[in-house]
Amino acid sequence: MTAEELAQVNDIVVVGVGGQGILLATDIIANVFIASGYDVKKSEVHGMAQRGGSVESHVRRDRERVSSPLISFGQADVVLSFELMEALRYAHFVRPDGAVLYSTQRIPTVAMAAGESEYPADIGRQLETRCRIALPVDAMSIARRTGNPRVANTVLVGALSHFTEVSADIWQEAVLDRVPEKAREVNRRAFAAGVRVAETLIGA
Amino acid sequence: MTEKLLTGNEAIASGAENSFVSVMVGYPGTPSTEIIENVAARDNSDIYAEWAPNEKVALEVAIGAALSGVRAMATMKHVGVNVAADPLMTATYMGVRGGLVIVTADDPGMHSSQNEQDNRNYAKFARVPMLEPSDSQEAHDMVGRSLDISETFDTPVFLRCTTRVSHSKSLVKETILSRPGARRGFERNPQKLVMIPANARGRHPKVQKRLRALQEFADEADYLNRIEWGNDRSVGIITGGIAYQYVREVRPEASVLKLGLSYPLPMKMIREFADAVDELFVVEELDPFWETEIRAAGIQVNGKECFPITGELSPSLVRTGLGEPIQTQHPDGPDEVEVPVRPPVLCPGCPHRGVFAVLSELGLIVTGDIGCYSLGVMPPLSAMDTLTCMGASIGQAMGMEKALGDDAPDTVAVIGDSTFMHSGMTALTDVVYNDGHVTTIILDNHATAMTGHQAHPGAGLAAQQKGGRRADLEKLVRGLGVDDVARVDPYDLDEVKQAVRSAGQNNAASVIIAERPCVLLDRALPGHRFSVGDDCTGCGICLRIGCPALSRTDAGTVQIDTVLCTHCGMCAQVCDFDAIERRDESS
Repeated sequence: MTAEELAQVNDIVVVGVGGQGILLATDIIANVFIASGYDVKKSEVHGMAQRGGSVESHVRRDRERVSSPLISFGQADVVLSFELMEALRYAHFVRPDGAVLYSTQRIPTVAMAAGESEYPADIGRQLETRCRIALPVDAMSIARRTGNPRVANTVLVGALSHFTEVSADIWQEAVLDRVPEKAREVNRRAFAAGVRVAETLIGA
Repeated sequence: MTEKLLTGNEAIASGAENSFVSVMVGYPGTPSTEIIENVAARDNSDIYAEWAPNEKVALEVAIGAALSGVRAMATMKHVGVNVAADPLMTATYMGVRGGLVIVTADDPGMHSSQNEQDNRNYAKFARVPMLEPSDSQEAHDMVGRSLDISETFDTPVFLRCTTRVSHSKSLVKETILSRPGARRGFERNPQKLVMIPANARGRHPKVQKRLRALQEFADEADYLNRIEWGNDRSVGIITGGIAYQYVREVRPEASVLKLGLSYPLPMKMIREFADAVDELFVVEELDPFWETEIRAAGIQVNGKECFPITGELSPSLVRTGLGEPIQTQHPDGPDEVEVPVRPPVLCPGCPHRGVFAVLSELGLIVTGDIGCYSLGVMPPLSAMDTLTCMGASIGQAMGMEKALGDDAPDTVAVIGDSTFMHSGMTALTDVVYNDGHVTTIILDNHATAMTGHQAHPGAGLAAQQKGGRRADLEKLVRGLGVDDVARVDPYDLDEVKQAVRSAGQNNAASVIIAERPCVLLDRALPGHRFSVGDDCTGCGICLRIGCPALSRTDAGTVQIDTVLCTHCGMCAQVCDFDAIERRDESS
């Protein structure tokens, strides 16, 4: 992507399963955008939807003023999904020349776990037809190799950072700001691994 | 001055600090909860903050504070105002001394609610002015405005938020907003404050006179209501709250009348605006509240024929309502795809699961209530048959029993500890008093868990971590006259089953207290680990308890996700083949 295109990544929808740390991720994104001098709004979901249900949170920035905290269908520059099937559920938010970054982690619903319904097939292929870039990230495996499966989110934020003009250092600072001292090192490694995944696909 | 990224609720808490509010009271309820939480969490705050057992008490405490000449706020979700409606409808006759603001946090779209009532109707019903912010800055500022209006016009004032304002973050400049206008101390004035009929008859005309004064004020309050002229005057849009942001998003060039005062309306301003544009739209979430008022004034508008009356608005819906097509996907992409639903579920290790697993197995009729345990209705447990409002479970079970007599199905009422303290106690009193035989199960997890583990009288520890004497649930129900009281551990399925059976056979009111702290408060039991052994036949009986940590393997047997598992052991108890093994942590 060109530098000009990167500076146009303003509207990001982060989705996943309640409890995966989606609000923390959008807080980090919002802090990065504020630090680079933008007006920012974000929307969150609290209450019942957080109990293992499907969750979405929107973050937006604008040099002048953000109006709606919600992004319209077909207007998100990036959809970042912490779970495979959730990427498909919210894919209608991404603009045709935008990007979907998604974890390949599958979290079955209770109905699926009981064998009453099937996890959808071919999700990656379906995502590819909907936008310019559909980037699968095996965030769970990468996080495990890094030392802790709980830093999968940091891997994904690392990948996302490569889709903006803001430097990786600023992104990494914003991430490390929000993790406890003892988890800094593993998060640093996870972030760097995420950046590398994105570099491999769209170039450094 | 630095700006902070705050949610609407955080901004209201900050606005309260910056307006020298003395007393804040609420009952937790999404999307209002974080207002009191944020005030209570501040060190050295001058505000006294408390969780009341319900919204009626919350408002009554706030009224008492305002009558004492200090500034007070009561916070609640939209349906909480129904509970507080009784004091509200008469407090409006009495007026205030110190400013009194009621925050109603409505939930269009029902993210976490049983209905999506539009509480602007309460403003009209109670003749109380209502302010409505459209972002966090306005939420902050309008706290001060509301308190000023309250003191100036001697009236309670509503500050209405919706989920999308309460739970969206935007940048806020925090400044001192306004200072209390009343003298501290209670002053006797029975004609104004003792609403016996003779006095209330004198007050009602004053309420109507106050409303006329507020209508005039609405037209002058250009810091609340304003016209933003655009280049385009072919269309004029009247809007407010979050809908204003959506209109600005999709029609940046449009001429807009932005309402910050949702009631009463600035009719002069609206008429001038209508005369200056060719076509008028009202963009409002939920009810045609403004539309109806504007039409009644003889002004033609487009409203609910263009925008939905149900659910939450969005930029996309506003765009299509104003007549623009939207592009949702790549021209070559597939049409709408169907993705399996992912409803919320009881957490792994949730103690409520034990009770619902038993009720599901016994096939009892279950009258339900409001809380995390409402999720007991979801498959595969599917163990809830009614759910209406806070505290309704016990009364409904009583009604079924009295209606059907000997033909009544075996029924239990299920209610959480916080909900029982909120409004279950009076219904249980009814059962005892009128010789009902209802079995009530109190799911005591020591918290108002759904909204984020706020304390309540049954759990002790008050909002600001001071005092908080704990009400003893067992003594309480015995005191109401229930003799058959059992205490069980919801993790012990046999014990729960025995207690439910025994209570069902007892021809008197019975209460079962199923006590165990919320698993999110008291995570992962030490000492045991569970794993599925070779004896697993794949029968799937353990999957019927609906634990997210359990799933089928490709081979058809069951596996346990060790990250999610909290070692509660309920799956091992239901397994007929002893295939789920318990081991010591060390092995």
